[in-house]
Amino acid sequence: MTDVPSVPVRSRPPGWRGIVADWSSDQRAFKQVSWKKAMMWIFLLSDTFVFSCFLVAYMTARSSTTIPWPNPSEVFALHLFGQDIPLILIAIMTFVLISSSGTMALAVNYGYRRDRRMTARLMLATAALGATFVGMQAFEWTKLIREGVRPWSNPWGAEQFGATFFMITGFHGTHVTFGVIFLLIIARKVLRGDFDTGRRGYFTSRRGGYENVEVMGLYWHFVDLVWVFIFAFFYLW
Amino acid sequence: MVDATQEIDTDIPPAEVPELELYHPKSWWTTYVFSQDAKIIALQYSGTAFAIGLVALVLSWLIRLQLGFPGLVDFITPEAYYQIVTMHGMIMVVYLLTALFLGGFGNYLIPLMVGARDMVFPYVNMLSYWIYLLAVLVLVASFFAPGGPTGAGWTLYPPQAILGGTPGGQQAGILLMLASLMLFIIGFTMGGLNYVVTILQGRTRGMTLMRMPLTLWGIFTATVMALLAFPALFVACVMMMFDRVLGTSFFMPALVEMGEQLKYGGGSPILFQHLFWFFGHPEVYIVALPAFGIVSDLISVHARKNIFGYRMMVWAIVIIGALSFVVWAHHMYVSGMDPRFGFFFATTTLVIAVPTALKVYNWILTLWRGDIHLRLPMLFALAFIVTFLNGGLTGLFLGNVVVDVPLSDTMFVVAHFHMVMGVAPILVIFGAIYHWYPKITGRMLDEKMGRFHFWVTFVGAYAIFFPMHYVGLVGVPRRYVELGDPAFVTTPVHGLNAFITVAALVVGFAQLVFLFNIVWSLRHGRPSGGNPWGAASLEWQTPETPPGHGNWGRELPIVYRWAYDYSVPGAPRDFIAQDDPWPQPPARPS
Repeated sequence: MTDVPSVPVRSRPPGWRGIVADWSSDQRAFKQVSWKKAMMWIFLLSDTFVFSCFLVAYMTARSSTTIPWPNPSEVFALHLFGQDIPLILIAIMTFVLISSSGTMALAVNYGYRRDRRMTARLMLATAALGATFVGMQAFEWTKLIREGVRPWSNPWGAEQFGATFFMITGFHGTHVTFGVIFLLIIARKVLRGDFDTGRRGYFTSRRGGYENVEVMGLYWHFVDLVWVFIFAFFYLW
Repeated sequence: MVDATQEIDTDIPPAEVPELELYHPKSWWTTYVFSQDAKIIALQYSGTAFAIGLVALVLSWLIRLQLGFPGLVDFITPEAYYQIVTMHGMIMVVYLLTALFLGGFGNYLIPLMVGARDMVFPYVNMLSYWIYLLAVLVLVASFFAPGGPTGAGWTLYPPQAILGGTPGGQQAGILLMLASLMLFIIGFTMGGLNYVVTILQGRTRGMTLMRMPLTLWGIFTATVMALLAFPALFVACVMMMFDRVLGTSFFMPALVEMGEQLKYGGGSPILFQHLFWFFGHPEVYIVALPAFGIVSDLISVHARKNIFGYRMMVWAIVIIGALSFVVWAHHMYVSGMDPRFGFFFATTTLVIAVPTALKVYNWILTLWRGDIHLRLPMLFALAFIVTFLNGGLTGLFLGNVVVDVPLSDTMFVVAHFHMVMGVAPILVIFGAIYHWYPKITGRMLDEKMGRFHFWVTFVGAYAIFFPMHYVGLVGVPRRYVELGDPAFVTTPVHGLNAFITVAALVVGFAQLVFLFNIVWSLRHGRPSGGNPWGAASLEWQTPETPPGHGNWGRELPIVYRWAYDYSVPGAPRDFIAQDDPWPQPPARPS
């Protein structure tokens, strides 16, 4: 399936009138947007609601608890070079994840230049950064569990701290993990030249294109964006 | 009678959307079982939904037998009663109505009505069904689990849902329920993305959004709502699962059970109610909006008249969909929330009456001076309008805080929501099946059996739920396993309860006639031809009936007009199909 329209879309007026013209036209509401990209955007909208519900639930728990909330600056501090540095691990994790968004964006760019090797290399770099993030998260979890944080209790205050922490970072980490898996799958397809030869997918028996890299990228950037919110609401608050 | 003129494009727009690369099945298994064809998936969804719906129907008999004749069925202990009530509600709302309207009708009608060969991602669509089936199986498994299914009520309110005093609370029941709901949501999301993208991006040439039949507008809006509302339920399920399995306290306050301090503390049960109803109220409209859309089409076709105020109808659907996200707390008036919230939510709730009433008026005005054929789909459509109106009017009572508070948790509420989201959508489902069965099978359903089914169902539903309003008004609470003769119930209602039970049994058995009709007519029904009702919308114009693989022949149809050109003066027939370029001669490109 080629997703680039074969016939040029008829000219349309600029601005809002253009949007109205698109939506009142036939065949598709978002001109030039392929099915897979539209589907990913709508899925991300739905997933936004999942994370919003998690974060709202967390905020409710935090603001309604009668027992004081543990101080994130102290809890998430790391003892390095003889002193406690607050949030240093989280800062590095955030840096890693945001860097991975950069490599992903480059991969999309090289994909559209049909540079097979460079695209695959950048996707693998993205996957490696993602895996590093998950690894550091595992380290953080281990450290907190060693210090006695459990989903049902912790040494410093409200027990909802551990519950929301493990649930939200765990859910986000799962998203990153799935992202890494799919990055590897698509990187392999790119490297093998599936998108050049039009090889059919094993399950869907459809032909992919370099646009798949971009759709993958949408998901990846979304997961990064969610992390920014988790970072802001959980660690900085 | 044409009160709106739709301009007819004479030029044929260029093809923008690439042809779907169809998956061609090679074996019996991939044709009928692991099928990627939306029409087969639709039938699988519908069959599964009906099967589990039958279970819920039997459960409703058990509920009524206990209420009408307490102690008659000796295995209905209080625990069993709660389990029956819970499973009846959950199955009917989620696993029957949602799955049937969106998974069943959505899958069948969307590609046909927009002029597509299939959904945009047939493989994902297939996965959607199998995950739904898995969700149903997990749900059924809870009947056989130790301790039985959960008895927490379909709202699953914590803290009681996961405590030992509730059936299944400390056993497998609640876990299987939550797991099943999560699976359902994952499966639904896969299908829902398909429905939305197919409607937005996969239409045929000439098919603009404002030429789509209202059925599609209803299904489309409901699917978008479901994609945004189900996440709240998903999150609530995850958190309750953690409360139950890991011992977290998201929803659990400090509790003493049987004189023993539990390990929970500091959680908020109200948080669950907010999450649940943020899903739960849109869910009402997820079920109602497809019904609104379908009923509009049934009325227009069988009254041989264009739908009155098409644009208004579309906007009403969209506005109802949007408003239904800001009314959820009207289910929580008695949860002790701030009165100012009550004021806000009562206002938004009553505002929904405006677009809803507009739709009812437009249905009536479509009928007005129409050429009404009282065929089965029309009978069910008329019954729907009356029933929905009745249910909606009691909604005005319950939407007002001061009136709701004394009526809360009485049988009045039960009667209200059964009228408005039980009986009304189910009448539409029946009407829709009588309407589209000829397209699906090529044969008509038997008219005599159908009329019997209609009258028993319609009259019976009123025999059940009208007295129930009264029973609620005099103070009978819901979810009581046995009423006895409490002083707060002003009038003895045992006779009425027995009457309702008898009516419920009769209505239930009438549904078996309907099921028999569906099976019997497969072989013995009168052959219908491709378009027995003379309908204008695209799904009736397929080259084959039932539509073949890929729906359309060599070329996709080209749409020239909206779906409601009935009784157009001067036209050769009393309807003009959407792909008919009249008065221009048919033009074919290339």
